[in-house]
Amino acid sequence: MITLDIFGITNNGLLAVTALLTGFALVALAMWIAGLISPRSFNPQKGEAYECGIPTRGESMSQFKVGYYLFAILFLMFDVETVFLYPWAVRMRELGVQGLISIAVFFGVLVLGLIYAWRKGALEWK
Amino acid sequence: MQDFSIITDAIHSFLLTYLPGWLTVTVECVLIGVGLLLVYALLALFYIYYERKVCAAFQCRLGPNRVGPWGLLQSFADMFKILIKELIQLNNIDKFLFALAPYLVIIASMLAFAVLPWGNGLQIIDFNIGIFFLIAVSSIGVLGILLAGWSSNNKFTLIGALRSGAQMVSYELSVGLSVITMVCLAGTMSVGGIVDEQSDLWFIFKGHVPAIIAFIIYMIAGTAECNRGPFDLPEAESELTAGYHTEYSGIHFGFFYLAEYLNLFIVSGVASLLFLGGWMPLHIPGWEAFNHIMDFIPSVIWFLGKAFLLSFVIIWFKWTFPRLRIDQMLLLEWKYLLPIGLFNLALMTCVIVFGWHF
Repeated sequence: MITLDIFGITNNGLLAVTALLTGFALVALAMWIAGLISPRSFNPQKGEAYECGIPTRGESMSQFKVGYYLFAILFLMFDVETVFLYPWAVRMRELGVQGLISIAVFFGVLVLGLIYAWRKGALEWK
Repeated sequence: MQDFSIITDAIHSFLLTYLPGWLTVTVECVLIGVGLLLVYALLALFYIYYERKVCAAFQCRLGPNRVGPWGLLQSFADMFKILIKELIQLNNIDKFLFALAPYLVIIASMLAFAVLPWGNGLQIIDFNIGIFFLIAVSSIGVLGILLAGWSSNNKFTLIGALRSGAQMVSYELSVGLSVITMVCLAGTMSVGGIVDEQSDLWFIFKGHVPAIIAFIIYMIAGTAECNRGPFDLPEAESELTAGYHTEYSGIHFGFFYLAEYLNLFIVSGVASLLFLGGWMPLHIPGWEAFNHIMDFIPSVIWFLGKAFLLSFVIIWFKWTFPRLRIDQMLLLEWKYLLPIGLFNLALMTCVIVFGWHF
């Protein structure tokens, strides 16, 4: 291996937490600075939703198309299945023929699922 | 080959002579944090300038050219302008979720940013499941976008957020599949390990046909992941004002803007990691003299050069293709990219099993 741990820190969890806190600090710091130097003025019209100039009508958090849910469920199914492919992908050379047959069966189920969804018309946007 | 760990090791041993062990680690973590913050902000500013210049070139304009030499300071001026704008207090919003959304978006891109292989010995987080961690954290961003659209109490933002959600989760499958294809070839998920595996030949040459197919799928899906044209339906300005961040003002809007450009960099960075060798210089087996000359170019320049080149391609997409409709966008993913990706994974397995790669 050529790559070395930065500063010799081997605890990657610590580094991940550092990055997370950095992201948090970036937003918090910028919000604080903006709060100090940005102007404030009050106007009742200002808080209105930015739509088209006339007062908003109806409920904003309204119902939406069920198609979005359908694709979210499809995504959930395929994403969980692809997660199972990662461990095999790393160890595929060591697992050999047995691993290949096992994953072929699993892969077949995944493809059948896609074909089923396709034939059922779940992939259409209606 | 230059090794940046010499510098970090020197700082480490310098600190260790004056401070106890635990304090050294703390100081180093703070140093890493400050470094990340600076690089993140500077890169975002550079990308804003870069995109505007490239866009201007495509439209036969000059682009920013007044503030500083060649307009280089334009994005700094824009940042200060956005910082001094008023943060408008809105009626009827979910205040907590509204404030939380930028945090999620920025943290997701910052974590993904820290995993990228910057150079030889300049990588921050190097988990043994590095690339999986990267995919995992970059999908937190979609939560921030959904929250932003939902909490704003505006019809346009809600539609924008839902479109963005449908788009990002759909295309994540293709991103995941092309990553798995390359993990098969690499035999490791560690980012450092993947770069190391490419020391003789980059994966796009090593894996030839399946690697090139995976690269094309990754570039299309990556463009959709960062909500850029032709997949910019979440913020289609002609139909949805500005999409999910319509109601955000001042620096609040700036965070989404920042994260969008950083996601562009992360997508091109990951593409260069998986297919073009990360920071690894161009090596051709057998050409010893050529390989030595390539080693003289610092690894950071290799990585940034590849990332900027791939970003140029993604920006090029934006100015070439018209925006897709939502049904076309979902059709492209579920009926073309996903089946091709699955087939490509099987193809890559065959290539590895029969030893057809270089």
